[in-house]
Amino acid sequence: MADGNPKKADLAKSIETESLFLGGIKPDKEWTELPVEFKPGNFNYPTKPDIIEKLGFPNPRKWTPLDEDWKLPENWKEIILQALKDRLEKNRALKLFMDTCVRCGACADKCHFFLGSGDPKNMPVIRAELLRSVYRGEFTRAGKILGKMVGGRKLTKEVIKEWFMYFYQCTECRRCSVFCPYGIDTAEITMLGRELLHLLGVNINWILEPVVNCDRTGNHLGIEPHTFKQVVESLVDDVKEITGVKVNPTFNRKGAEILFITPSGDVFADPGIYTMMGYMLLFEHIGLDYTISTYSSEGGNFGSFTTPEMMKKLNAKMYMEAERLGVKWILGGECGHMWRVVHQYMNTMNGPADFLEVPVSPITGTPFSNAKSTKMVHIAEFTADLLKNEKLKFDARRNNHIRTTFHDSCNPARAMGLLEEPRYILKRVVNNFHEMPENTIREKTFCCGSGSGLNTGEYMETRMRGGFARANAVQHVHDKHDVNTLTTICAIDRVTLKAAMDYWVPDVQVAGLHELVGNALIMEGESERTEDLREDELEDFEQGEGKDE
Amino acid sequence: MILLIILILIAWVGTALAGLETLFGLVIPYVALILFIAGFLYRIYYWSRSPVPFRIPTTCGQAKSLDWIKRDRFESPSNLFETLIRMAMEILLFRSLFRNTKAELKPGPNLHYGSNKWLWLGGMVFHWTFLVIILRHYRFFLEPIPFVISLTEKIDSFFQVALPILYLSDILILAALTFLILRRIFGGPVRYMSLFQDYFPLYLISGIVLSGMMMRYLTKTDIIKVKQLSQSLIHFDFTVPSGIGAIFYIHLFLVCVLVSYFPYSKLMHMGGIFFSPTRNLANNSREKRHINPWNPDVKIRTYHDYEEDFRDKMIASGIPLDKD
Repeated sequence: MADGNPKKADLAKSIETESLFLGGIKPDKEWTELPVEFKPGNFNYPTKPDIIEKLGFPNPRKWTPLDEDWKLPENWKEIILQALKDRLEKNRALKLFMDTCVRCGACADKCHFFLGSGDPKNMPVIRAELLRSVYRGEFTRAGKILGKMVGGRKLTKEVIKEWFMYFYQCTECRRCSVFCPYGIDTAEITMLGRELLHLLGVNINWILEPVVNCDRTGNHLGIEPHTFKQVVESLVDDVKEITGVKVNPTFNRKGAEILFITPSGDVFADPGIYTMMGYMLLFEHIGLDYTISTYSSEGGNFGSFTTPEMMKKLNAKMYMEAERLGVKWILGGECGHMWRVVHQYMNTMNGPADFLEVPVSPITGTPFSNAKSTKMVHIAEFTADLLKNEKLKFDARRNNHIRTTFHDSCNPARAMGLLEEPRYILKRVVNNFHEMPENTIREKTFCCGSGSGLNTGEYMETRMRGGFARANAVQHVHDKHDVNTLTTICAIDRVTLKAAMDYWVPDVQVAGLHELVGNALIMEGESERTEDLREDELEDFEQGEGKDE
Repeated sequence: MILLIILILIAWVGTALAGLETLFGLVIPYVALILFIAGFLYRIYYWSRSPVPFRIPTTCGQAKSLDWIKRDRFESPSNLFETLIRMAMEILLFRSLFRNTKAELKPGPNLHYGSNKWLWLGGMVFHWTFLVIILRHYRFFLEPIPFVISLTEKIDSFFQVALPILYLSDILILAALTFLILRRIFGGPVRYMSLFQDYFPLYLISGIVLSGMMMRYLTKTDIIKVKQLSQSLIHFDFTVPSGIGAIFYIHLFLVCVLVSYFPYSKLMHMGGIFFSPTRNLANNSREKRHINPWNPDVKIRTYHDYEEDFRDKMIASGIPLDKD
């Protein structure tokens, strides 16, 4: 953790004693009167001017939120009001979410940022009111005449600052929308809020630089094709060293049956790399005819944290590459927001994918009819089917040193309904599995606290506050069941939860689902396994007479 | 609250002192009805004319997946029928509100999430009794009184203790309104987020209920004359029987205010709930393509350009090319 970040004990104390409402303290001002104070640790660095230029976005300049003057374009107000009007006509959800909220308060304590900060503007209802108040004050007759009395506000530069703070203090996790009686989804509000701010050049580098990179090189990190291949091959070497088996991924190979796309975090980031090793072992184990693309080497989509246009632009490569390589269908790795895009947006934006076939597992013959139009299958669906059909030889005891719980990632849980597949796999390949408390899992799962492009080093205090609710539930199963591993199916989680665990529950490591699959697989021609994919020693057990699963 | 008192005074002064019974008995009800219908239709049109660009249901259960995986049909519906059931559960039973929990920060700090169904209960009682009361009022408009309505009345007056019949719904709606008002006044975060337009309808409806109950249980308003007026209203006779009494006009005026306010306020959540894209769409976007009418045209970096840029590096590392 970098210097200047609060110590765990101090942050814990702050959450316990300084949280408004939760800590029993009532704010002494209306939320509209609460000042917006930027200080190191509570904002992400703004986008560098050259990145904005490369994207063709407006108002490239050097600035920081600490400045009094944010150097907005002269007609900033007109730009925002016109754009808001335009977006209202383009998206029914937005109109409804502006009009139907009754402020019942059901969402108030459902946000991880509220639970970790006690800041009333982190209650989803008020986050939406940040925008709704302007909608009322500038667009509705009652709001124009009665103003404050009916919760209407005029758009000011102060409001822009507030939007920047709070629309980048929402991870678009949709937990509030589960509890809202009208299904109001703050993620939609946040997405729109960010879209409006882009028009003024108010945005963050951590999201937009990856967008530029991904466009140019095919992945967020900006890794060029030769390096991408080299890094995967170094993982191949590691696998060989640990298991004695050489796995054989191919790159940009035409005529492969399946194109495999996973977030680049699995290729480059610890602990995602162990998940990548797991995928490759699995594919080798079943003899899958697959290829990896360097052109479409990113499953994630930071464009989806930007604008619908950027989301479409980055996502388009998946289908374009699948068509060029002539594969039958696409298999997608473990990732959260990637699957929000693939499941709910891809086919609409870049379909129809008539050049692909309805996905059928070449090993079991199972058709994935739930993906018959988009033609992309989640690896958890794919592997669950393999296990159900007893196509894998594995020994769960190889994971006996792992006592795990499962973190449902926001998007697979609340935007896909992918809940049972990963659990089925986990229960088969690991012997010690314990669920976290029921109000913190499945559709009620808590965000890692750093999703939607907020996983920067400079934002650590806010991130740790946001991750507190998740960490607290992990702490519970750690204390009760001695859980030492948090398994997840999201590449961002693997990075951000690692940081949150190191901070809040240091004895718990973060793993990917297919890392644990990879650990357990009995490979043909393998050497005696003494270490898992992280090169941690296995617990003693009788090797060789693996449970014949 | 003050506004409510002003409204009551207007009705009282208008009918009891100024004798403007035609205004309050005929003109205002017609105007209110027109405002209601026009406003309601406009709001529905205003929402409908914006498209739903993406299929964004919030999934609250296991989706349709492999055949052997037990799916949650009504929390993650995969077709129209299941979606309709989901919506019915939301609209009739307030399904999402039933999920409500209350987070508590305990020393540690530790977070606890307790079940919290009071809002669900209060909301259910309020909305359902309101519906029953509206249905009961149909006997002022319909002749003969349909069986469904008289049955509702019978059930409603099940716990009759004395004459006149004491309706269960009157007691329940008062209890629910009191709860809803008190939680806004005393409920920390809820008070903090509440606006004028959150209190006003509650007070207004309380005024309507109380004036209605006064007529029934205290002042004994002449029901025959009220029915004459309501019949005159629906048959466009434009006659107002005299001597119905101020309390009736206060009741009627408050109803008119509520009805005309309705389409221009948060009360339109009644219509909005049918439109919510996180609830009224099936979670089948990988199975069936959803169309976005404004799907933007975006320039995409092609593989061709990519290969041009990285050709030498790709050759050096043995990655196959399209163009050698």
